[in-house]
Amino acid sequence: MEFFRNTNIDFLGRKWYFLTFSLIFSVAGILSMIFWHGIPVGVDFRGGTLVYVKFASTPNTGAIRAALDKAGLHNAKIQAYDVPSANQVVISLDMQETSEADLSKGKNQIISALETSPVAGKRDLNNNDQVGFSAVRDSLVGKDPTHSSPAEYEAMAHAVLNVRDSVKGGVLRSMDDLKGTIPDAALDALKQDFYVGDFGKISADVVGPQVGSQLKTQAKLAVGISLAAMLVYLWFRFELIYGVAAVVAVFHDTLITVGAFSLTNQEITLTVIAAILTLVGYSMNDTIVVFDRIRENVKIMRRESLAEIVNKSINQTLSRTILTSGLTFLTVLSLYLFGGEVLHGFSFALVIGILIGTYSSIAVAAPMLVAYTEWRAKRSGAGAMAQPAQGSKGKVRVKV
Amino acid sequence: MQKNLLIKLAVIIGVTLVFVYGIFGIPSSFSGDGLREAVLKNIHLGLDLKGGTHLILQVQINDAINSETDRAIEILKDEFGKARITYADISKPDANQPEKFVIKGVPLDSGSKVREIVQDKLPEFTQTPGADNSQILTMNAPTLAQLKSDTLEKSIEAIRNRVDALGVSEPMIQKNGLGDNQILVQLAGVDDIGRVKDIIQSTARLELRESRGSYPNEAAAMAAQPGGILPPNMVLLHGKPNRGGNGDVVYLVSKTSVVSGTDIRDAREGTKPDTSEPIVNFYLNPGPAKKFAEFTLAHQKGGSDPANLGIVLDNKVISAPGIESQISDSGEIYGGFTPESAKDLAMLLRSGALPASLHYLTERTVGASLGADSIRAGVKAAVAGMVAVLLFMLIYYRGAGINADLALIMNLVILLGFMGFFGATLTLPGIAGVILTVGMGVDSNVLIFERIREELRHGKSAAAAVDQGFSRAWTTILDTHVTTIVSALILFFVGTGPVSGFGLTLIFGLLANLFTAVFVSRVIFDAVLSRKARGEALSI
Repeated sequence: MEFFRNTNIDFLGRKWYFLTFSLIFSVAGILSMIFWHGIPVGVDFRGGTLVYVKFASTPNTGAIRAALDKAGLHNAKIQAYDVPSANQVVISLDMQETSEADLSKGKNQIISALETSPVAGKRDLNNNDQVGFSAVRDSLVGKDPTHSSPAEYEAMAHAVLNVRDSVKGGVLRSMDDLKGTIPDAALDALKQDFYVGDFGKISADVVGPQVGSQLKTQAKLAVGISLAAMLVYLWFRFELIYGVAAVVAVFHDTLITVGAFSLTNQEITLTVIAAILTLVGYSMNDTIVVFDRIRENVKIMRRESLAEIVNKSINQTLSRTILTSGLTFLTVLSLYLFGGEVLHGFSFALVIGILIGTYSSIAVAAPMLVAYTEWRAKRSGAGAMAQPAQGSKGKVRVKV
Repeated sequence: MQKNLLIKLAVIIGVTLVFVYGIFGIPSSFSGDGLREAVLKNIHLGLDLKGGTHLILQVQINDAINSETDRAIEILKDEFGKARITYADISKPDANQPEKFVIKGVPLDSGSKVREIVQDKLPEFTQTPGADNSQILTMNAPTLAQLKSDTLEKSIEAIRNRVDALGVSEPMIQKNGLGDNQILVQLAGVDDIGRVKDIIQSTARLELRESRGSYPNEAAAMAAQPGGILPPNMVLLHGKPNRGGNGDVVYLVSKTSVVSGTDIRDAREGTKPDTSEPIVNFYLNPGPAKKFAEFTLAHQKGGSDPANLGIVLDNKVISAPGIESQISDSGEIYGGFTPESAKDLAMLLRSGALPASLHYLTERTVGASLGADSIRAGVKAAVAGMVAVLLFMLIYYRGAGINADLALIMNLVILLGFMGFFGATLTLPGIAGVILTVGMGVDSNVLIFERIREELRHGKSAAAAVDQGFSRAWTTILDTHVTTIVSALILFFVGTGPVSGFGLTLIFGLLANLFTAVFVSRVIFDAVLSRKARGEALSI
């Protein structure tokens, strides 16, 4: 099977279309970053409190809001999380309400506000902030209902938490969910110490302002360093202008991807930064494949102009470009579709990034290389052209 | 088949076996559960997959510096007293610069004496003249730096001792590279953060003091004192009633302690033999033990001055038993402990005090249920992506597709094997890294195959086309891999937690890919070609 065979598309002839396309998306992204959503960053970077809560039944947003208001948390945001059947909400507080002096205050307030029907003298078995393995074990060992060995009680405690966390997805509906898991006598003993509330905390992120701003600096640094490192490598392997063209293309991809996050108002988290760095590597990959072919063709095609060589090179590698991008896109798409809520931002960045990264090596990096060479040739008036470091010694005629 | 080829095949099979060993080790059984257990023993799950607690703490270094300068000030006051040097005030002018303090109002003629004392007793300080005839003492930079790093290390050590008591497998407690004086604590599988924080942060300052009676409240206590004034050296502290129960009473105890937490050599939880009430047994260092023996002799029941022993924890009296007889190097603490709290207190007494207080900068908890969901979703995505790619390669490249698929599967085996050998942690972004490796790994195969097809179109023989295809694609493959490894390395070094794990996965994946796409795939081609008659077509 073969999709592309001896294609001969004049990519460089369409450079104005490409430029328009790139400009539209870049400018839309930039405008959104400046005037609309800004750059929405996740709790990692901005600091704040996020509590993911799973309810035993469909959560009543109005009741949650009322409970939080009563606790004085008027600025808390409540959003549904994941599919509706998961009964999950995420409750967030912004940085003003998250101080480093008492970091978990907001989180604890949220949890206690939601705890609408506490039972005096008992602990909420669903509150995994406070009740973990040791609490259950100690209760069993203390009550000693089945006269078992400590090891057997430990196994029971593990079994109880396994039902809570794995079988029931984090929330027990009633203490009787544990029936059959542990001996009835042990269950009765646990019932004296514990009850089940109607929600469980799935996860919580509390980030103070200091770490947030440090991570922000770190993320910018990481993207900057990796771009610089690649520029140096390409300079060393090809020629400076190749490096510059590739880095410009990759920067273009990063800009558009971040713009897409701004336009759709999705949060850029630490893992999204990882995705962006991956796409930097990926887009660079794609550009290098085309550049490598140009370098090779410059040696063989001594009669043609650089524009022709570049066109030919893109066409020759087109089959590979489309195949690889298609396959990588396939894997990333499966990540986007099946990878779950936690990886949503990450895979969104990659879905966008792979499309743009593939496009940019053809539509940004290559035309830029040609434009620069033609401009330099025009300026010097001679037939100078960008020749890769390993390029041929022969002169290449440039049509001006 | 040629001998050369056989050797290469043997190498490939050997490498595969080695990395399969890296993934599974020697499993206890070959059932599904046995294999699963074996994999989890070698490849650790990060806390986003397993559930757990991630904390970043900041050590308040100024605490340690403050206590160091406080000590220096005490020494100076003492020495000035001995040398009869008068002074108006010795104090720290700026709370943000605890390494600095000022001596004010020393007569001019004592100047040289002061200098002598400072040089003799406080060599770690530098003296400079300040305004109004004052003298500024600043801790030397090397001393300060040493104090800072010592404090950070001692804090890490103390936290480690405390966390060990939680029984976490492989806790990660280390300096956090992100900012100054930060400590990163990662506890996989522990998500009851309330208990974790209690244990890490409790100061557990234990003191044994002289105690003289308890009263229902402060007013009653004051009324009971002769003249309504507290005796000198005595204070009132709140605490639990001696007879048990949950009320709050006020104790009259001495200001100074007979024995404090640092005097304790060891502490163990235990139970009272008669009532099986949980208690904490403690053992004292020799010096304090002598002091304690004198104290208990004097204050025992029927002794010269009977008093109770106030057991004070973090400025709260937890019990104040009478002293039955002289105690020297060991004793027991009781007073409403549960087995859990007795164990915690014993551990805290053993682990020693934190050298400085801690602030929490970040806390994350991932519930085990969310981790399980993430694994399910991640594995589903990985399988779906992998199957799609494998199928496509088979259809598009037919015979050579098998070659690519074998290389891809081997790529995966090597990647996971690497992780097993290095004890790397698999995080959720790490799973994404695995999936991405599959996508990008196939790139090398596509590059080579497309090149071979091109060469075949130019009319080359199968063997020549394969040869040319591999050698021409090699430079491209090298360039693309180096650049991607560069960005992955930056992720690994600059990133934290899951991001760093993702970078590592990517690096292993790329290295594995270089081997499988270039070497393994080539050997398979050669093996296929060696069995073909000359001029027979290649399935690609």
